[in-house]
Amino acid sequence: MSGMSKIVKTMTAVTLPLAMIYGLYIIAHGHLTPGGGFQGGAVVASACAMVLVAYGSTWTMSKIKEKKLSVLESLGAIGFIGLGFFGLLFGTNIFFNNFLLNQDVIPFFNAMGEGASNINTAGLLPLMNIAVGLKVIAGLFAIVLIMAYATRKIGGAEE
Amino acid sequence: MSARNIVAVIFFAIIALFLIYNVSDFSEIHDFGDPGQADMDQHIIDNAQNETGADNSVTSVVFDYRGFDTLGEATVLFTAVAGVILIFRRLKK
Repeated sequence: MSGMSKIVKTMTAVTLPLAMIYGLYIIAHGHLTPGGGFQGGAVVASACAMVLVAYGSTWTMSKIKEKKLSVLESLGAIGFIGLGFFGLLFGTNIFFNNFLLNQDVIPFFNAMGEGASNINTAGLLPLMNIAVGLKVIAGLFAIVLIMAYATRKIGGAEE
Repeated sequence: MSARNIVAVIFFAIIALFLIYNVSDFSEIHDFGDPGQADMDQHIIDNAQNETGADNSVTSVVFDYRGFDTLGEATVLFTAVAGVILIFRRLKK
């Protein structure tokens, strides 16, 4: 029996989806509303840290290891810089070129923002927001998780 | 005083004189309290929606106009996470 009381665990289970949906909304709408990958990733990582506090570090570490989080963070970094390098390959030879705008090969993201605030505008920016968001979620939660797990009390009440 | 300290003092004096001399040229760029006129901010305010397609001008600056800076930010975060995991790997048992 690790972690806090049953009341705290139940309330964490109730409020966790709300916090996660809010953070993912901020990431997905980063090119339309205030926020972006960094801010939404911090919100989702805070929701994960709430689970860590309520259920205890031992239980959380038994569910997900920090190595998997490290792999996720590296995937986010590779996706971000890969999208930057794709700008060198397509169109003009500019690093971090927004090559998905004004083209007809991939017609999903090439719409321009016309005040309608559609989510399929702005070309490369939503994809970069998702990559950075994945990186921030995995990175911050890996930091909090491994710090809590390394300083736990073995055999104590707040394990 | 050893020879190494003398060399260090000489280099320190040269670098300090170089920096002080360069400060005297700042007044030719713009006066104190009167920042220089930059055209880039007005260009971004006017054309960010048409050039990047994003409604959020801040995101268009962070990820499009200055995407290389964001790469540096992401590298800082990556280095921080790598350092924390490297330190706490020994404590974790």
